[in-house]
Amino acid sequence: MANLVEIRDLRVAFDGVPVLHGVDLEVAPGEALGLVGESGCGKSVTWLAALGLLPSKASVTGRVQLGETDLTGAPQSALETVRGGRIAMIFQDPSSALNPVLKIGRQLCEALRLHRGLTGAAAKTEALRLMDLVGIPDARGRFRLYPHEFSGGQCQRLMIAMALAGEPDLLIADEPTTALDATIQAQILDLLARLRAEMNMATVFISHDLGAVAQVCERVCVMYAGRIVEQGSVGQLFEHPRHPYTRGLFDALPRLFGPRTALVPIPGTVPDPRNLPGGCAFQPRCAHAQPFCQSALPDLLPQRDGRKLACAYPLPERGQGGERQAAREGVFQ
Amino acid sequence: MIRFVTIRLLRAVITVLAVMTFAFVVLRMSGDPAEVLLGPDVPQTVIDAFRKQWGLDAPLWQQYLSYIGAIFSGDFGLSMRDRSPAIQLVMERVPATLQLTIPALLLKLGIGIPAGVYAALHRDSAVDRGVIFLAILGFTIPSFVMGLVLVLIFAVTLGVLPSGGFGSWQHAILPAITISIGGIGILARFSRSAMTEVLGQPYIRTASAKGVKWRDVVRGHALPNAAVPIVTIVGFMVGSLIAGAVVVETIFSWPGIGRLLIVSVSNRDLAVVQCILLLIAAVMVVSNLIVDLLYGWLDPRLRA
Amino acid sequence: MTALLEATDLVRVYTGRQGLFGKAAPVRAVDGVSLRVMPGETLGIVGESGSGKSTLGRMLLGVDPAQGGTVRFGGTPMPERATPAWRALRARMQMVFQDPLAALDRRLTIAAQIREPLEIHRIGDARARAARVGELMQAVGLRPDQAGRYPHELSGGQRQRVVIARALASGPELLVCDEPVSALDVSIQAQVVNLLRELQREGRRSMVFISHDLKVVRNLCDRVAVMYLGRIVEEGPSELLFARPRHPYTRALISSVPEPGRPLDGRVILQGEPPNPAKRPSGCAFHPRCALATDVCRNTVPELRQTDPEQTAACHHADGTAASRAA
Repeated sequence: MANLVEIRDLRVAFDGVPVLHGVDLEVAPGEALGLVGESGCGKSVTWLAALGLLPSKASVTGRVQLGETDLTGAPQSALETVRGGRIAMIFQDPSSALNPVLKIGRQLCEALRLHRGLTGAAAKTEALRLMDLVGIPDARGRFRLYPHEFSGGQCQRLMIAMALAGEPDLLIADEPTTALDATIQAQILDLLARLRAEMNMATVFISHDLGAVAQVCERVCVMYAGRIVEQGSVGQLFEHPRHPYTRGLFDALPRLFGPRTALVPIPGTVPDPRNLPGGCAFQPRCAHAQPFCQSALPDLLPQRDGRKLACAYPLPERGQGGERQAAREGVFQ
Repeated sequence: MIRFVTIRLLRAVITVLAVMTFAFVVLRMSGDPAEVLLGPDVPQTVIDAFRKQWGLDAPLWQQYLSYIGAIFSGDFGLSMRDRSPAIQLVMERVPATLQLTIPALLLKLGIGIPAGVYAALHRDSAVDRGVIFLAILGFTIPSFVMGLVLVLIFAVTLGVLPSGGFGSWQHAILPAITISIGGIGILARFSRSAMTEVLGQPYIRTASAKGVKWRDVVRGHALPNAAVPIVTIVGFMVGSLIAGAVVVETIFSWPGIGRLLIVSVSNRDLAVVQCILLLIAAVMVVSNLIVDLLYGWLDPRLRA
Repeated sequence: MTALLEATDLVRVYTGRQGLFGKAAPVRAVDGVSLRVMPGETLGIVGESGSGKSTLGRMLLGVDPAQGGTVRFGGTPMPERATPAWRALRARMQMVFQDPLAALDRRLTIAAQIREPLEIHRIGDARARAARVGELMQAVGLRPDQAGRYPHELSGGQRQRVVIARALASGPELLVCDEPVSALDVSIQAQVVNLLRELQREGRRSMVFISHDLKVVRNLCDRVAVMYLGRIVEEGPSELLFARPRHPYTRALISSVPEPGRPLDGRVILQGEPPNPAKRPSGCAFHPRCALATDVCRNTVPELRQTDPEQTAACHHADGTAASRAA
């Protein structure tokens, strides 16, 4: 089946400082794709750039193909019909993502008017249906309330309702649960998974929470310093990570079960985009780095098992690892 | 709501009372009206008679109580110069002052806010820098300098407008512009920073991500939020409709409240000065009250 | 052995106002909390927003005054806030907050910030202080050449190290950490967690670790107290509490943590909103969200009682049968 969205060689620079160094990414219809990595790795920037939502000081090159149209060169009016129509986006910190001085009902109806041409009573009926759908109790009674009269979790439900208003083919969820309490995070993840199944809508789930990504995604891209470093199915990546950075992210996580041991942090910090190390950007923090890594930048290449990997000295494939394999048992339990 | 308004009203009354008390004490400590009005060479008996006549011989607290009492019964006292009621003298001058300050206020709003908003929408552009530069120039140059510069250009050099006086609408142009320039600068700066902050808020990005046209994002989502801080400044400007023209009226010989205030202060015409200060305080307090109520209307988070 | 820190029946009531025109209503942020921290022990306090855990942390240090109850530190009652005796005691107990940038002074170099408590508490002379700053920086993993840097020149993880070094400067016996790693990225979070583990091991330093992150709490704490609407609803040794939670809220909390490899279905997803302290439900405050709730839960507040040798829970149904029924 043809891809819904194809991103080719997407590059973004802020004031001449490149932060995205050529990202290739595709999303199939109905697919759930996870994008993981630490802050500043470019996971949000990728999609903000794709939708033309970056500030004007950002320069964007490359191609973002949605069906027949290339979004990077498209005029504003074309982008405006795509945004919220074919591709909707929700954000971190839902309480500040809703306009504080406008009633909830009005914000929902605005999206319905823009993308479905609904106004008046028809728009209100549909808005109430969406509020019901995302689990807002007493939608009718709360239609005329303001965002601050809802809790954080409910605001995120409202954001999701607003995103669904345009019946999008793709929903980009940018850290949708990060600002929420644990029990509410679980509710929102549950809701997103349910909606995707019911509406056959592709989802891109941007998160630094590997656990959350594992639960709602089928395929995962790991990003580091503006590049994709590993890409594969959730099973492949989480059971058997091969890029040392992916592996490092897992080892750094404290466990909820099993023995309490010291964590294995990744040494150092994420590099400053103005001052990237030579060769592979992860090499200064990598335990497996060889001199070669300092000079050559590895390409993202397909592997035998179907995943893609950008590393000159990756962790061995399954069954070849010997002692390292044993140490890795703890990853997936 | 009723509780809120009651508290604000009480606070307003207390503020006005405080201003009255302060004016009363300061005026009486800073010079003797008898000596100023009657001149230096008058015999003591005349001065004593004058004092007795105006009640200036009583202890200060007694004078104060009778003054407050009179105010509450609607008596604002008589001018010491011609014995006409002070309130009448003051109210006669109000229209002249408003003829300057209301056009000036409209200029401030009509130029300051759009300039600031435009600059915020085009951050770091040449227009933005120009607006910032002119705004700083506008509110750093004192109005008496600005007034003289305008007179030099338009009255003396070009000769297109009168340099002072009262009569036709042409007479009001230069003083009104002089009054407005500082306010335009302040409002431009303020609107720009309020708008810049709002444009950086996540809900603006949400609106764009929803597919709202940029023009409608600015109009429907950004401006209503930026209005809250801007209203504060505008409220202050409305509050100074009466007091804001003192210097400019003097420069342009405009027969408004400001001129009356200067003359009355130098004559120690107590009742008139007190009456003007009371009026200024009352206007300021009322406009503050309106701003407080507007907040709740503009920002639902400030309502219950 | 006497407890280093012992809090009994702590109560903190805020007067909350809803909006500009709203009526003032008392909010019981902390509502009768008792706890002990032994020397060298780390106590974790977990709960959602509105549970009162941060308020409790400040009350333990006497920063937020208690309206009821007592705090004893080292066997003696906590002196009145802002008195000389209280200030002197600050050398023995320190706090680490979530946002290191807000906790640091942007105009001071990091060496100056770490030195500050030494100056405040008049510890050592200039030479001794300089040596101690070097020692502290090394202990938290900062390089000597970073001494002259300013906070904005450091990364988030490095800033949190500066805050920790500053908190350690006066050699406190108690460290209260409020969400110290929540703002950090995964790889950096692990660095700081390991740093805190090392600090536990060396010397008999006690710690109160407040966090909503159960994984970090389990990794770091000897004992854990779970808070819900201002009260402790369950407390016990970390490993036991996570392996065998007795309170349905604790079970739901643990279940809500997404872990790679644990499927989404089959988890206990707690319905309803996080609790609002201004609208405390009757009886057991958790009953509107609880699957086990019965009439007794709606009417009677459950007391904390022993469910296992070292574990207590405040639940009417926290006996073995209820626990296994829900599991």
